[in-house]
Amino acid sequence: MAAVLPNPAAQRLLLSGNEAVARGVWEAGTRVAAAYPGTPATEILETLSRFPDLHAEWSVNEKVSMEVALGASMTGARAFCAMKHVGLNVASDCLMTMTITGAYGGLVIAVADDVGMSSSQNEQDSRFWGRFAHIPVLEPADSQEAYEMTKQAFVLSETYETPVLLRLTTRICHVKGLVTVGEREHHEPAGFIKNPERWVMVPAHAKVRIPSLFKRDDTLREVSETTPLNILEAGTDRSVGFVTSGPAYMHVKEAFPDAPVLKLGLSYPWPPNKLRELAALCDKLVVVEETEKILETELKAAGVACHGKDILPSVGELSPQVLTPAIDRLLGKPVPPPLPAAAPPKLFPRPPTLCASCPHMGMYYTLSQIKNLIVTGDIGCYTLGAGHPWNALDTTICMGATMGVALGIDKGRGAVDKNKRILAVIGDSTFMHMGMQGLLDITYNHGNVTVLLLDNHTTGMTGGQATPASGKDIHGRDAPKVDLFKIVEALGVPNERIKVVDPYELPTLFKTVREEIKIEGPSVIIARRPCVLIDEFKPTRPYLVDDDKCTGCGNCVEVGCPAIHVTRRDKVIKPSGKEVELAFVEIDSQACTGCGLCVQPCAPDAIQHVSRRDIPIHIVKTTSSS
Amino acid sequence: MSQNDITNILVCGIGGQGVMTATEILAEAAIAQGHDVKKTEVAGMAQRGGVVTSHLRFGRKVLSPQIEPGTVQVLLGFEGAEALRWSHYLRADGLALVNTARLVPPVVELGLFEYPDDPTGQMRAAGHKVVAFDAMSIARDLGEIRLGNTVMLGAIADYLPFAPDVLMACIDKRFARKGEKVVEANRQAFAAGRDAVAKQLAAALA
Repeated sequence: MAAVLPNPAAQRLLLSGNEAVARGVWEAGTRVAAAYPGTPATEILETLSRFPDLHAEWSVNEKVSMEVALGASMTGARAFCAMKHVGLNVASDCLMTMTITGAYGGLVIAVADDVGMSSSQNEQDSRFWGRFAHIPVLEPADSQEAYEMTKQAFVLSETYETPVLLRLTTRICHVKGLVTVGEREHHEPAGFIKNPERWVMVPAHAKVRIPSLFKRDDTLREVSETTPLNILEAGTDRSVGFVTSGPAYMHVKEAFPDAPVLKLGLSYPWPPNKLRELAALCDKLVVVEETEKILETELKAAGVACHGKDILPSVGELSPQVLTPAIDRLLGKPVPPPLPAAAPPKLFPRPPTLCASCPHMGMYYTLSQIKNLIVTGDIGCYTLGAGHPWNALDTTICMGATMGVALGIDKGRGAVDKNKRILAVIGDSTFMHMGMQGLLDITYNHGNVTVLLLDNHTTGMTGGQATPASGKDIHGRDAPKVDLFKIVEALGVPNERIKVVDPYELPTLFKTVREEIKIEGPSVIIARRPCVLIDEFKPTRPYLVDDDKCTGCGNCVEVGCPAIHVTRRDKVIKPSGKEVELAFVEIDSQACTGCGLCVQPCAPDAIQHVSRRDIPIHIVKTTSSS
Repeated sequence: MSQNDITNILVCGIGGQGVMTATEILAEAAIAQGHDVKKTEVAGMAQRGGVVTSHLRFGRKVLSPQIEPGTVQVLLGFEGAEALRWSHYLRADGLALVNTARLVPPVVELGLFEYPDDPTGQMRAAGHKVVAFDAMSIARDLGEIRLGNTVMLGAIADYLPFAPDVLMACIDKRFARKGEKVVEANRQAFAAGRDAVAKQLAAALA
């Protein structure tokens, strides 16, 4: 990765926003950086883990990562944590009290909003946290600013003894731009000072400190008036002016290069005088913000007339093509209809799907073959089990929710659902993030739920990060390997109700699921196989279809493997008079890694190993290097 | 292609085809030519066999990182239907350079949707300039399917506002640590990509 040392200072590098933040964190002399993986913020810690002289870690969840950062800050060390937007929901319990203790060593929280929802269960605007927690919010507009503002955030944090929120969005995290980098500065921790009035947040202590939050807001509002982070560009065309922050600034500049603009780098607390100055420069004022109507509402409350979400969308990403017609309409200019060529062609969808040989396929194929189930799901690759052909998940809410939702369905169901079997699906990383407590709730409250713990030894969806169950730390060094069986047992699941199965062995898997769902009380089936994207996975000889034997039954297609392709379709009338559709298939030997899942439901034994001399190059290479 | 204003290149394909790597190499070439560069993509879930697009914008000063419909000078399509999916991003005078490979997703195999018979034909019928060729077969003939993205880069090399050598040098640099054999294989793939489209490209530009 480009950000890795020994890239010398003052060099211009092509860095993503995530890499730029990491570089800024490292240069600021930070000693501790923690995160749980989450798109679009994952690469910040991945990059930091490759830098020397700081402790980088994958924490088990975002709340712990924030607490680790806070502890480090208490010693006077500079500390950092990163998370996606929903991660801050998890960490918010820490945040809302941490803001009262304040920071000692510089303490910066990067939060990345998935605007447009490329990989999240919701869209939310993390700028609200600045208001809620009374902490300053910095919003970079590109990689260079992400790098610079990260360093400035530490200074701001120490000067005003406040945690600082660095608000990123997908179009910062995953945009690469040129960044001129600098040197790492040394920052020696001043030392932990026992101070119960500050660090022990009992009511008597917190009561004394809370007024300081409001005072800090006022102080930072004054800072906001003079800081170079907030730039007022006078422009030349006064018909419309803009107040904006983050990547939306770039869209404004591209669409309206001559307009007056107030760019808020420190977007909370915002500068009232500067805003009035801008308002005086233009006939109409438009707030351009992603995603919610936050600044606009506050401006209106302050008596500043402005437009915003009355003409712009409150959902998804903004862009010059979104802004231009909206502003033209506001100014009473004619808006040309979009060109016919600009309409997207109608085409099949290509949703993300499980990889060839993904062990989750075995589980979902099995679930798709069993009737009368209610299956709660969770967050990870295995959420894809809700899609075709399995359609095996009935709920997905948030990290760990599978457990509580399953228990609630069990306890809440009436006569109409009483014969249904309730299963809860969760991955190993999600289980350790927030699933363990839910399982404890199931055992403690006599829940009748069968938990399917899909242990693929990694955090798959975010690209294969280590977890406590993989026995490796963020650097790939050995770490104590958590025993999921023992955890499950310690959480109250009877030993004989914990089954460990291989998700590639369909008959055993099918039998085990059938048995466990029939038994009253909690049980856990641990399906254990490494994710195909991690080093631990070893591909084996691929399979091919013997055309002479294939009867077109289509059973293998139901497995859902992307390496299986239909070559020909046909229809036959059975002796019973029923019309049956046939699908004759082939296997892409370049994609197949020989898991054998499709072999098992194949009625006519038409799927066989390729001969040794035809083994694809990628298999030969991978196996010989292991 | 104009040297003065912003160049918009949209690279599209599916997860695992090397779309992001190819765009990264194009970005490095643009930087080597002194351009300001922004590159953005939709990643995350899209890695799992889903749609992947990578936007590359370069020029004197690039502001917004996203490319918008109707503004693409070059659409580099790593798969036929994916090129069609993003064809409305092409500018009227834009060029689509398309690998004709058909990568059929499970939802089509299951009979839920249909794959278009002739995606590039559909693009031409809509009035787009299209250069189409089978990059996957070329890569397979060279003995390594993963060379496909270098073949694609070779195909685009003569249609960039800088010399093909600039792009080739960036590919060399990228693979240097993997040894001379890999560098040589990529050079061959690059040359094969250039050759494969030379006639079509000349005709399209005529």
